[in-house]
Amino acid sequence: MKLNVLISGVGGQGILLCGKILGSYALKMGLDVKVSEVHGMAQRGGCVVTHVRMDEKVYSPLIKRGEADAILAFEPMEALRYIDYIAKDGAIVTAADKVLPISVAMGNGEYAKDILDRVNSRCSRVLVVDGAKLAKEAGSLMTLNIVLLGAFTAMVGLDRSAMEAAIAESVKPQFVEMNRVAFGLGYDLVK
Amino acid sequence: MSLILLGNEALAQGAKDAGVKVVSSYPGTPSTEITETIAALGGVYAEWAANEKVAAEVAMGAAVGGARAMCCMKHVGLNVASEVLFTGAYTGINGGLVFVVADDPGMHSSQNEQDTRFYAMSAHVPILEPSSAQEAYDFIRLAFEMSESCDIPVIIRMTTRIAHTRGIVVPREMADAPVKPYVKAPQKYVMMPNNARPRKYTLMANLKKVLEFAKENGINRVEKGSDNTGFICAGGVYQYVKEAAPEGSIYKVGMPYPMQCDEAKAFADSVADLYVVEELEPVMELQLNSFGIFPKGQDTFSKFGEYTAESVACAIQGEAMAADTITDLPGRPPVLCPGCPHRGAFTAIKRLKLNAFGDIGCYTLGANPPLSAMDSTVCMGASIGMTHGAALAQGEEFNKHAVAVIGDSTFFHSGLDGLASVCYNQSNITVLVLDNGTTGMTGHQDNPSTGMTLGGNAVAPIAIEDVAKAVGAKNIYIVDPLDLPKMQATLKEAVEADGVSVVIARHKCVLIDRSKKPMYEVDQQKCIGCGMCLQSGCPAMRKENGKVNIDPSMCRGCNLCVHLCPVGAIKGGC
Repeated sequence: MKLNVLISGVGGQGILLCGKILGSYALKMGLDVKVSEVHGMAQRGGCVVTHVRMDEKVYSPLIKRGEADAILAFEPMEALRYIDYIAKDGAIVTAADKVLPISVAMGNGEYAKDILDRVNSRCSRVLVVDGAKLAKEAGSLMTLNIVLLGAFTAMVGLDRSAMEAAIAESVKPQFVEMNRVAFGLGYDLVK
Repeated sequence: MSLILLGNEALAQGAKDAGVKVVSSYPGTPSTEITETIAALGGVYAEWAANEKVAAEVAMGAAVGGARAMCCMKHVGLNVASEVLFTGAYTGINGGLVFVVADDPGMHSSQNEQDTRFYAMSAHVPILEPSSAQEAYDFIRLAFEMSESCDIPVIIRMTTRIAHTRGIVVPREMADAPVKPYVKAPQKYVMMPNNARPRKYTLMANLKKVLEFAKENGINRVEKGSDNTGFICAGGVYQYVKEAAPEGSIYKVGMPYPMQCDEAKAFADSVADLYVVEELEPVMELQLNSFGIFPKGQDTFSKFGEYTAESVACAIQGEAMAADTITDLPGRPPVLCPGCPHRGAFTAIKRLKLNAFGDIGCYTLGANPPLSAMDSTVCMGASIGMTHGAALAQGEEFNKHAVAVIGDSTFFHSGLDGLASVCYNQSNITVLVLDNGTTGMTGHQDNPSTGMTLGGNAVAPIAIEDVAKAVGAKNIYIVDPLDLPKMQATLKEAVEADGVSVVIARHKCVLIDRSKKPMYEVDQQKCIGCGMCLQSGCPAMRKENGKVNIDPSMCRGCNLCVHLCPVGAIKGGC
């Protein structure tokens, strides 16, 4: 199954780990895969975007605008920032939780109230996840990325057990159980 | 068995499987993970050198000593290491020697976008450019074999997209590459003029052998498609061309210098329209021109930044890229972390209204608003020499209002020689060393002052204050940058003192020091909403409804904001 996923958020939210998990998932499904990451300066609280492409054969590591089958966003503004990438029938899963840009935190400008309206106006399949709440329920705010990955896996129709195996391989042994719970909380949002 | 590896991890695994014995590097995005991975894999000696020149010398020595060796660096690191490369090309090697250099088109984490391929051309050494993680794995082995077969150092050029893209890699069997005997050969290795002159002839002959080696090993290849359109491309750009023009013929270049004139000519003759597609500089285009081939090149494709399949497709069709539709969102520039000790040092610089000549590291972010506390960032170690130079231009009084700002790792990289030089020349500058006990921006590597090697051995740390004293700094201060009143008073005293002053602002990086400290909160009754506390740019603080709040999930209890509040509204212990 061909799948282009753009993962976006703010440095420190666990975006690289999500990309890595999707890479392992593709390998399990017998697909070619490329996961393009951002390291270094951009990670210090800046925008972080990872492109994941899986198919029989993948050339460019970067998704063309208009060709992302899904956007997995850890912050609403970061869903909107990359919305030019979403394909016509694409799906967006985004956390509801805002992270204020430094200019807004400083009191220079506002966090626009219509961010989610604008996301919805550009895409008919949007799932907004109360990520922080569910992550805390799973045991730690740090599992927000896995909660979202759970919702994403269900919404896009990926193989649950392969994804859970990919997660178990990618996190430290002592965190496997907590992440399994987090994944389930996200997955169960999609009926 | 298939593995999924980052391009840099694939190169590291490939080097290990190719029998590399010694790896010496200096960290720099996007190259850092290569050496970290080698160290984690084990079985290979890997170290962080003080800078790229030392790294290249260690690798050169290991190669002359008969082992397969490599040094890894970011593109600007080769500026530092280039002296080894240029003369190492003349001497040749014994065991294989590879320089792995990671370019950063688009400047994701760099101060310029210089193209390493020009270094290869200038030094007369071959350069290989992988286009995927699998090729990174395969090309490092080819590079060692080429180096030994042609008696020449070889460069591997990575770019950000190859270095930081995960892909599937199928490893091969371990190579058998025993260490060769050490042989005294002064005519080969002592490059005084009488020996160097004949060695230049040898170098040019070795470069011809490289072309034969590349042909025998299929490093460049033709992918036959339509006769109408042909593309010459290398590295990551190959992937974009495959997607932008799937029907076209491709001459996929694995070695962009030296290029195979005969192959390129035959390919050019086989297609009607010919394009050469290369990010950054026209390195292949200039060579093709010299062979009498004139493809569409930089008249069609941009010289700026990183390409994408989309930008390549648009350029071929002569269309402008569609503009982004979302342009009104506030940006998220990278910022110093909550609790970062550098924030205290920059607040002091700002309050004292100092002219600050900066350097390269996390603390480069001190130049961004609201701190806006640094005036220049040029290259590793530049802060010290530039401050001295600016005072020579502006007059002695300038030193009372100026400071050189440098980190601990950068100090040992190339600040040391700057400090020795300014002390020797009777300068009166002040050097502020932001000693956070790590190489922060590249992901927390050790350095000579941290007391730990890459292999995890505890060693005696080199104290910056001892070094400063030894080279002749007159006034040496050690201060905690998060103790703002003391930080500010010390810096003021230092800039006013005669002779070279070195202020060591010592506080562990907040990402290393995980100890729990009491968090702070703002008394909403007392807060007058003046925003003074926000001037430090702490991401944990935000202004809402005219008052400031501290996000408890982000506060690291550094205490700096307490010093900034004019009405005492910020309290600890919550």
